[in-house]
Amino acid sequence: MSLRIVVTVKYVPDATGDRHFADDLTVDRDDVDGLLSELDEYAVEQALQIAEDADDAEVTVLTVGPEDAKDALRKALSMGADKAIHVEDDDLHGTDAIGTSLVLARAIEKAGYDVVISGMASTDGTMGVVPALVAERLGVPQVTLLSEVCVEDGVVKGRRDGDAASERLEASLPAVVSVTDQSGEARYPSFKGIMAAKKKPVESWDLSDLDIEAEEVGLDGAFTKVEAVAERPARTAGTIVKDEGEGGKQLAEFLAGQKFI
Amino acid sequence: MAEVLVYVDHVDGAVRKPTLELLTLARRIGEPVAVALGNGAADTAATLAEHGAVKVLTHDASEYADYLVVPKVDALQAAHEAVSPAAVLVPSSAEGKEIAARLALRIGSGIITDAVDLEAGDEGPVATQSVFAASFTTKSRVVKGTPVITVKPNSAAVEAAPAAGAVEALSVSFSEQATGTKVTGRTPRESTGRPELTEAAIVVSGGRGVNGAENFSIIEALADSLGAAVGASRAAVDAGWYPHTNQVGQTGKSVSPQLYIANGISGAIQHRAGMQTSKTIVAVNKDAEAPIFELVDFGVVGDLFDVVPQLTEEIKTRKG
Ligand SMILES: Cc1cc2nc3c(=O)[nH]c(=O)nc-3n(C[C@H](O)[C@H](O)[C@H](O)COP(=O)(O)OP(=O)(O)OC[C@H]3O[C@@H](n4cnc5c(N)ncnc54)[C@H](O)[C@@H]3O)c2cc1C
Ligand SMILES: Nc1ncnc2c1ncn2[C@@H]1O[C@H](COP(=O)(O)O)[C@@H](O)[C@H]1O
Repeated sequence: MSLRIVVTVKYVPDATGDRHFADDLTVDRDDVDGLLSELDEYAVEQALQIAEDADDAEVTVLTVGPEDAKDALRKALSMGADKAIHVEDDDLHGTDAIGTSLVLARAIEKAGYDVVISGMASTDGTMGVVPALVAERLGVPQVTLLSEVCVEDGVVKGRRDGDAASERLEASLPAVVSVTDQSGEARYPSFKGIMAAKKKPVESWDLSDLDIEAEEVGLDGAFTKVEAVAERPARTAGTIVKDEGEGGKQLAEFLAGQKFI
Repeated sequence: MAEVLVYVDHVDGAVRKPTLELLTLARRIGEPVAVALGNGAADTAATLAEHGAVKVLTHDASEYADYLVVPKVDALQAAHEAVSPAAVLVPSSAEGKEIAARLALRIGSGIITDAVDLEAGDEGPVATQSVFAASFTTKSRVVKGTPVITVKPNSAAVEAAPAAGAVEALSVSFSEQATGTKVTGRTPRESTGRPELTEAAIVVSGGRGVNGAENFSIIEALADSLGAAVGASRAAVDAGWYPHTNQVGQTGKSVSPQLYIANGISGAIQHRAGMQTSKTIVAVNKDAEAPIFELVDFGVVGDLFDVVPQLTEEIKTRKG
């Protein structure tokens, strides 16, 4: 039977743009350019490689996000994924990690899966917890933060580089995997891929398709609340000197003045 | 007074510094009750007591080392049931965040990750976070269930605050999921003898400008003259010049030392994300237009191969 791979991808504000908050203190997703989170490109890449190594596999990309999140799905489809699912609902605005994991888990179950592959963290929220939460909800092993991954004979194996040690991990499918940016460069979509993506199916689901009540998600359903945001004050302008042979000594003088030496 | 659970990060009984910082923060909210798991758990008690733990709940089983994350979640959940705390604090490591998230889901609570400060509030603890590559600061609260909060290293000072630190055995029964992900091999990191990157008071980093693995010895020599940790930009790591464990930035470590010295680093947003909250920032870069200069307290526009060795020599001379 075919190996069913679901890749979770997030549409995020461009980190090199001017990111800010909306009036309700949620991340402003309207006034800024968005894109497929770069860290999720690594998840798509590993999914495609696993699919290429399997006899028969199907890669579905899944996103939970606003209308524009379709752009993220298109990008993943043009990289080579087979089909896409977009969970979109006005009531989802302001959903936190706990709520997002509920929507993702229900959608993954409805889609059917053997392996879920996620990125290491979203580039906007940077929590790095959604894959663990999805695994907890699905009741399947989490094999997360892998810098190397392979799937063979119903088993996923990988390497997780932690602070204290590098670990080899192993779990039976079905499982939830997440991969880091050390897992291997993500491919660029080819012209052929971009053309093919236009014809690939994108399904749209809303909360009622997933039997989720509006109160369970969104800003009102959130388990956490942002009470205040403040822009970090700009750092006061420092002293900049041009090295004319004494740059190292001048720097030492500054460090001594600050009591670092 | 309400109790606050503190998850202990330790290596064979040696408590890591971020856990001691958590005890400082926990005391602002209530009485710290520490949870130490795995090999050497009971050996943590003396240090934890010295820093304010009124109780240390311990449990050792081979599952903690042999399987990923879930056994620790099972134990923390057992501790939560035993204590009914006002909050649960966990160090913000990759693993810490995963443990905290799964615990929060199980106990019907919200989770806040990567707090850089924590205060008591009328409606429960208020966490400060630094977001969007540290360009904004937010204050947040968990509004449902027992607040579960992970806290970044260097968020508070370690303080001595002697307390009873009575050791109690925690009783844990592992869930069916506990043995789902097997750890089949483990290669411990080799110690460099330098301070831990996230805990260091001074970090000296090198980027693409260092131009080669062999040249990192210049960066290391400066670091050693200051007793500092060594960091690297992603460009230097991707080029294979320095290990990924030393990467500073969005997909590496975030550091917040007293002093950060960036050498041959341009200061891309993803690098800034990991160092922008450092107290004092210094840079050496030959391009006067490099964005890193927007952050610095002191910058030298020049060739790092001239400036850095001269700086190292001068520091050594001054230190005698
Ligand atoms: C999703 C994502 C995550 C990322 N995560 C990280 C991360 O965690 N950490 C990170 O660092 N980056 C990260 N990056 C990459 C980041 O965008 C930059 O590409 C990277 O930080 C650049 O590294 P650099 O400053 O060393 O190199 P460059 O940008 O090439 O800068 C090199 C600098 O060295 C200077 N220089 C050259 N020679 C000399 C000399 N002899 N003396 C003095 N100065 C010299 C140059 O003037 C230049 O300013 C990430 C990118 C993405 C998309
Ligand atoms: N709204 C979303 N839609 C799809 N996938 C998501 C969403 N949010 C998070 N993820 C996945 O979970 C990973 C970690 O996200 P986070 O825990 O928010 O840092 C991301 O890299 C994605 O793979």
